[in-house]
This record gives sequence, structure tokens and C-alpha cells, in this order.
Amino acid sequence: MIYLTLFYEFLKIGLFAVGGGLATIPFLFDLTNKFDWFSKEELVSMIALSESTPGPLGINMATYAGFQGGGVLGGIIATVGLVMPAFFVIIFIGKFYEKFKDSSIIQSIFYGLRPAVSMMITVFIIKVCMVIVELTPDFNRLIISAGLFVCYLLLILRYKCHPIFFILLGAVMGILLKL
Amino acid sequence: MKIYWQLFISFFKVGLFTFGGGYAMLPLLQKEVVNRGWATEDEVLDYYAIGPVTPGIVAVNVSTFIGYKTKGWLGALCTLLGIITPSVIIITLFASGLKYLWDYPVVRHAFAGIRLVIPALIIPILSKMIRKSVFDKFTFGILFFAFLLSFFEVLSPIYLIISSAILGISCKLIKRKAQ
Repeated sequence: MIYLTLFYEFLKIGLFAVGGGLATIPFLFDLTNKFDWFSKEELVSMIALSESTPGPLGINMATYAGFQGGGVLGGIIATVGLVMPAFFVIIFIGKFYEKFKDSSIIQSIFYGLRPAVSMMITVFIIKVCMVIVELTPDFNRLIISAGLFVCYLLLILRYKCHPIFFILLGAVMGILLKL
Repeated sequence: MKIYWQLFISFFKVGLFTFGGGYAMLPLLQKEVVNRGWATEDEVLDYYAIGPVTPGIVAVNVSTFIGYKTKGWLGALCTLLGIITPSVIIITLFASGLKYLWDYPVVRHAFAGIRLVIPALIIPILSKMIRKSVFDKFTFGILFFAFLLSFFEVLSPIYLIISSAILGISCKLIKRKAQ
């Protein structure tokens, strides 16, 4: 029964892949050894596809892998399997957090955590910028991109539009300037 | 009943316009969650701290947490379904034959344009987060070391979060003893 196998395999990944979407990749590589749902080469192109389509990377990968294994229903089942452990764990932690978030112990945990998490996000942005520079094909486009980036930043700081507006603006500018 | 629908729709939008997952959805959360009063900025940052140390995808964990905080387990179910549905639909479409879309230059230019907007959207939120979470010698120290350790990939996010939580507790304990 392919659906049961898909569900079980992705449930395991959801339970043991701690640290976000990228943490699921080693588990997916492991799947290529056990099943013929997709090859290692396909996995690499899957990662590329998942990174540039909307939605969280881990979810995209699960849907894609499940689809390769068992069609539309397979994609849905793999995704549900992946997110189910997190759902129950988060509800459990949520109960605890809401009850104790004002206690001094939880406050002192987050006193240390908040600066660390804000630096993890900073490093994420720097790495995204490095990837953008790497992917830019020539020097002219790099200058245009840098100029656009500064304009976006000024616009975002000045006008409180919905982020979706800026994302669509980015897409339009990308097409117009052939980025 | 209306609030559950709102939770679903808001997170559907977040899922649809998040490119890269996790931290990239921060600007959308700011608009859809913080501005609606479903969670404060500090709480969102706390969820980002909890996300990588619990099983599953960070984007999903953060969404589930916000849903749970707003409307209990049913709210969590709505935000979870909201964040994964766009991915499941889009990836299924791609996998079932729309992959050729990728070969059109227009599509590639649009995505290159979007990539440029994401860091510009995150930077203003991030600078606010840093100003709020760094206010004494200890938090500045954490900021400094967390940046280096995570930029050079010395510590994986899980260990970085666990160690800064332990440091936060120890620092508060030492301060209390000194008083």
C-alpha cells in the first residue's frame, strides 16, 4: 500500500528532522536508497524547484516527493504525514508557553534567546544577499540590482504597504529589467 | 466562526507569498499577524526560537503556534492548513507537467526580481528586533558570538538556541545571587 508507506515515511521525517526544511534533505536522500519514488538526481532538481516556488521548502519537497511516489493523493498524504508530529508537539508546547511565559525562568531563557535568534535571521539575510550576487550573471545587472535594492529599502521604510505589493513589484521589475 | 476563516486566509496568503520559507515569511507575519493583534513582535520572535528546536519545518511550527495562541487547537489547525495548502497546490501543478514554465525567461526574470525584494522587506523588521532584544552587556555578547558562530556555521541552529537559552538562565541566576 503506497499511501500507507508514504505516510509512515514522511511521519518519521516530520518527527526526526529538527531544524527546519533543510534538515529534511538527508532524510530524503535516505529515501532514494530504500524506494524508487525518485532518484538522487531528481532530488537535486527538486531542491532547486522547491527553493524558487512559493511556500516553505520542507513542505514543497514533501509534496513533490509524495507526488512522484503516489500522484496527487500521494503528495497530500506525504505532506500531512510531515506536519502531523509538529502539530501535536507545538500544541503541547503552546499550552506550556502560554501558562508560563511571564514566569522568571521562561523570561530568562528568552533573554538569552532573542539576541541569538535575531542574529540567525541576520546571517540568513547576508547569505541570501551573497546568493543573489553569485546568481547575477554580469556586472551591469549587479549595479542595477544594488540600485533597486536601495530603492526598495527606502520605499519599504517610507510606505507601510502590504509585503505582497512589494513582492509583485519585484516580479514586475525583474521582468522589465530582465534581471 | 469568522476568526477561523480569517486565520486560514491570512496564512494561505503567507504561504503563497513566502519564497524560501522560515525567515522569509517574517514581513508577511508582521502584516497579517502582528498588525491584527494576534501576537506581539516579541512573541513571534519567541516562536522563531522554539521552531528550530522542535520537530518539523520552522515555517509550519511558527504558524501552528500563532494559530494555537489565537484560537486554541482549532485555530492551530486553520493556520497549519493555511500555510501548507498553497504549496501543495502549486507543487502538484508543477510536478504534473507545468515544469516547462521554468524554461520561459519571463518566469526566471520574475523570480530573480522577487529574490531581491525579500532581504529589503526583512531588514526593517530585523533592525527593530535587534534594538528590542539587545539592551545590556550580556545580550550584546550573545549577539556578537551568535553572529560569528552562525555566520561561519560553527554551531547548527539547534545547538545555538540551546546554548543561548542556558546562558540566559545562568546570567539571570548570577545577577540574582549578586543582588
